Amino acid sequence: MRDVGRLLLMRLGLGLLTLLVVSALIFGAVELLPGDIAQAVLGQGATEETLAELRTELGLDRTAIVRYVSWLSGALVGDFGVSLLNQQPVTDVIAVRFANTLFLATYAAVIAVPVAILLGITVALLRNSIFDRVANVLTLTSISSPEFFLGYILILYFSVHTGWFPSIATLSEDITFLELLERTFLPALTMVLVVVAHMMRMTRASIINLLASPYIEMARLKGAPGWKVITRHALPNAWAPIINVVALNLAYLITGVVLVEVVFVYPGIGQLLVDAVTKRDFPVVQACCLIFAATFILLNLAADVGAILTNPRLRHPK
Amino acid sequence: MANKGNILLKIEGLRIEAYAEEKWFEIVHGVDLVLRRGEVMGLIGESGAGKSTIGLAAMGFARDGCRISGGSIEFDGLELTTTSEVDRRRLRGSKIAYVAQSAAASFNPAHKLIDQHTEAPVQYRIRKRTESQEDAMELYERLRLPNPREIGFRYPHQVSGGQLQRAMTAMAMSCRPDLIIFDEPTTALDVTTQIEVLAAVRDIVDQFNTAAIYITHDLAVVAQMADVIKVLLKGDQVEEADTRTMLNKPQEEYTKSLWAVRSFQREQKLRPSDDSAPVVAVEDVDAAYGTVRVLEDVSFDVHAGMTVAVVGESGSGKSTTARCITGLLPPLKGRILFRGEELPPSYLSRSKDQLRQAQMIYQMADTALNPKIRIGDIIGRPAQFYGGLKGTALKNRVDELLDMIELDPSQFYGRYPPELSGGQKQRVGIARSLAAEPTFIICDEVTSALDQLVAEGILKLLDRLQRDLDLAYMFITHDLATVRSIADEVVVMKQGKVVEQGAKDAMFKPPHHPYTDLLLSSVPEMDPDWLTTLLEERGVDNVGDAATT
Repeated sequence: MRDVGRLLLMRLGLGLLTLLVVSALIFGAVELLPGDIAQAVLGQGATEETLAELRTELGLDRTAIVRYVSWLSGALVGDFGVSLLNQQPVTDVIAVRFANTLFLATYAAVIAVPVAILLGITVALLRNSIFDRVANVLTLTSISSPEFFLGYILILYFSVHTGWFPSIATLSEDITFLELLERTFLPALTMVLVVVAHMMRMTRASIINLLASPYIEMARLKGAPGWKVITRHALPNAWAPIINVVALNLAYLITGVVLVEVVFVYPGIGQLLVDAVTKRDFPVVQACCLIFAATFILLNLAADVGAILTNPRLRHPK
Repeated sequence: MANKGNILLKIEGLRIEAYAEEKWFEIVHGVDLVLRRGEVMGLIGESGAGKSTIGLAAMGFARDGCRISGGSIEFDGLELTTTSEVDRRRLRGSKIAYVAQSAAASFNPAHKLIDQHTEAPVQYRIRKRTESQEDAMELYERLRLPNPREIGFRYPHQVSGGQLQRAMTAMAMSCRPDLIIFDEPTTALDVTTQIEVLAAVRDIVDQFNTAAIYITHDLAVVAQMADVIKVLLKGDQVEEADTRTMLNKPQEEYTKSLWAVRSFQREQKLRPSDDSAPVVAVEDVDAAYGTVRVLEDVSFDVHAGMTVAVVGESGSGKSTTARCITGLLPPLKGRILFRGEELPPSYLSRSKDQLRQAQMIYQMADTALNPKIRIGDIIGRPAQFYGGLKGTALKNRVDELLDMIELDPSQFYGRYPPELSGGQKQRVGIARSLAAEPTFIICDEVTSALDQLVAEGILKLLDRLQRDLDLAYMFITHDLATVRSIADEVVVMKQGKVVEQGAKDAMFKPPHHPYTDLLLSSVPEMDPDWLTTLLEERGVDNVGDAATT
């Protein structure tokens, strides 16, 4: 187990290093955004004096390196600066939105992950049957349709035609948890449809990949029934690739939801990011990007840990 | 052996088909077999004879892509070809058990041994989990596994190959089946480990009066294990007789040819009398993987035109020595000399000509040849790289090489490796190494994946090439029969050290180093009483593990 601990510490260190590199990239990319930030904030009518004053106030007259270091040291303690639009601390602006995004992602994940894995196991068991083929075609269709299209189709049937669920996912302070689940059902379902296929196909493939192994033949020759061969003998050895795909999709649920948020007018971090980019609110843009990057790195780290913990060779060294 | 009872298994006119290239091919053409309770039948034949397929069919099982297309399989009064799949499945593990060739690959890496052991008895409600665990420990003890009360709680990768093979035999006994199919259970093991498994298998089959089908290509092994031997060839039965009759008076030509395999032995050459430098000299080499020391003070010479066999169990450092010579693993200490000149330790700093001089032939021709590249290009590549040949000159050279390995150039030049048989692939591997025009070739277990007849063909070819081209061979093997037939000098390795070396004839005559003696005496002989005698000589508790450490 000591080896596992060391491995984890090393991965964590590498993750932090990656995050540092990414932070430099984000900062550099925002620097490259065309146009003068002061000009964009104050508009065309601003005089040279007010522009210069704002630049001093924002620290834009300092060199990029100095600004990067002061931004990074602020970010380390949770201070991402002040939004240029409304002078609120960026942390406050983002906190609410990020919580909303996390809620939606969790909602979708709680449905999508078990469904995908169960479906994957079922189609592996019934491989090459009609059920397998139908499931394949359906999931392929859902994975290849753009999410805004899926979203509008769902709105058309579940909201416009039947009126079962609201088409707009607006939030307010006074709704109950159940109401919340109902209002956000359609965006969550859209995301489920987008990610389920990927995870299900990987589950199926990694299980079927193992079915030719001698220990699977052995299990069958010991008289184990088909479902047991899959769940007890194949699945425990198939976790590593499955966990990786699940982690990638969870990351997508958090960082790739801009279009779904736009379609359902959901106040998440994706919309915030789009707004911030169009309005040159660079402290918010930087903070959002850094959060996305951290999410990705953290989830991949979790996948690595999961893969290690499901491998008996690493858990029980000789 | 124990009293033989009624008929347990009766197979009549068994036909099995396999699906390939969108057609069904018959691979077993009407085989009959009768097995009584408590009887052990040896099924022997080369690869492709259908041994495993027939063994599995006795369980009512056909691999994916195969089907039982005709005949009847009657097990204990139940016709397996017509009963439902569910009924057939319920026989497996409970009434008929299976012991696979590679226990390391056939135990599920994700579960502890004992959990895999108890699976079938618990599923069939023969025993409760705790009872079954207790039973497992007793079986482990009976099979003389070390720490029988503890070993079951380990994962497969924490247990050695020979121990796993015995644990798998214990697992097969978990429901006290009437019949066990042993599918080459010792083929992947060292000779010293093989003995303990053979002894364990024979013991347990005797004690529980279990019938068994013992599948193997090793005649000497089957002589120890079986009451009756059945010989198969390409899905047809050749002949069947009780073991002693079969060994003494085989009727069919094919059987006689199988029995005669071990006769090839070429004349032993002596070192040149002048003191010319050896082609390759290994001097005091130490090597390590990471912090694990795997070689210690290894020294030996290989002279021109001679074959040095390096023998030892797996993990003794044979292949690591080869890696040091080729520069793939730079040694920690010591030197590699080529014709008296020191070679740079790493292949990266060796010249093209130095690299050309030493070539390798690998154990698994299957994985050593790129399946997507034509034979002509596989052989042509080193000729082009080292010899700078192009166009017609290159084609002519490849044709010449194909002629040398006795494959017709017009037939084989454009074909791909998967279209070739195992022996043909190994020949291509030989041609590829010859294409570089080396003076020294390392043969790493080149015949151990091949049938004996095919292996003998390869050995004869290597011998002829050695005489024609004055090649020096380093022959890595764990098979002492191969050593006997082709070596001039022998180096015996154990745990990274050379324990004994010298001329072959001296090596096979006493007195031996105790380890050499153990290796030599562990090679099964055709005499059916060999194992019994050996076990008596060594004493019951001094087999295998105990003897090697």
